[in-house]
Amino acid sequence: MAQSRDEIEAAVRDVLIDALGVDEEDVVETATLKGDLGAESIDYLDIVFRLEKKFTTAEKPFKIAQGELFPENLMTDPSLVENGKITAKGIAMLKEKVPHVALGAFESDPQVTKLAGLFTVKSLCDFVQTKLGK
Amino acid sequence: MRWMWIDRVITFEPKHRLVAVKNVSLAEEHLHQHFAAEPGLASAPVMPNSLILEGMAQTAGILVGSVHDFREKVVLAKVTSATFERDVLPGETIRYDATIERMDEMGASTIGVVDRFSFVDNAWAPVGRIELMFSHLDQNRAGTEFPEENFVFGENFATLLEGAGLRKAGVKKD
Repeated sequence: MAQSRDEIEAAVRDVLIDALGVDEEDVVETATLKGDLGAESIDYLDIVFRLEKKFTTAEKPFKIAQGELFPENLMTDPSLVENGKITAKGIAMLKEKVPHVALGAFESDPQVTKLAGLFTVKSLCDFVQTKLGK
Repeated sequence: MRWMWIDRVITFEPKHRLVAVKNVSLAEEHLHQHFAAEPGLASAPVMPNSLILEGMAQTAGILVGSVHDFREKVVLAKVTSATFERDVLPGETIRYDATIERMDEMGASTIGVVDRFSFVDNAWAPVGRIELMFSHLDQNRAGTEFPEENFVFGENFATLLEGAGLRKAGVKKD
């Protein structure tokens, strides 16, 4: 049976509470994983593992490929980042690889340091909802 | 020399589970500091929980490293949870039972159960549960580069690995 948005949000909230050790009231839709919830690099892998476990059912596995939820190789590819800003090619890559992330105003001032601010609780829920619907 | 907190690997199920033991002895200096006698208080030597955690990290770390034949630099990245319910005393044996919960190119999460054997009670009893995350250092998200040599599974681990049949004696793997 398909999960409702409320059920997805509750499950994602549980994952973030366990992975990041944060309080339930801090996990609001607009909270950023890094800035508001204090996620560090290894936490992203922890979140991926926990989401997979949470949403895998006997009928259907929920497997998140490397780079599917959080972008990979962005910082090490000079064609994607130049002078601290993400290039047009990098923006195109983000749109293609991580469509669950709303770029919004970031697109007009794509400073790498602001990239982490795009990953919010809402973007995680959107990702899960889209993936479950496929 | 690297401080080793396990004495022997006793069970190895490739890519899944590894069990190791450590005998706790009063000959170990740290027990005399934890806790030393104070005026009005007798000494109370117990195995520090922080070092039990390190023992589990070594047990689970070897298990994770063995999956790729010790080519990856496996480092402890996160103590997801650690709970302890009983002290371990000198003369007792600690058993670290680690299983891989999930693993991919970036790293792994492990679940560990710690028990102790008391010769006084002639029985095993639960000590705690430790969940850890390991990172494959060369696959880090920041793209930082590290030396070619695998300093994680260096010579210090050779005796343990060879004793458990995880690596052939005399074969150096970087």
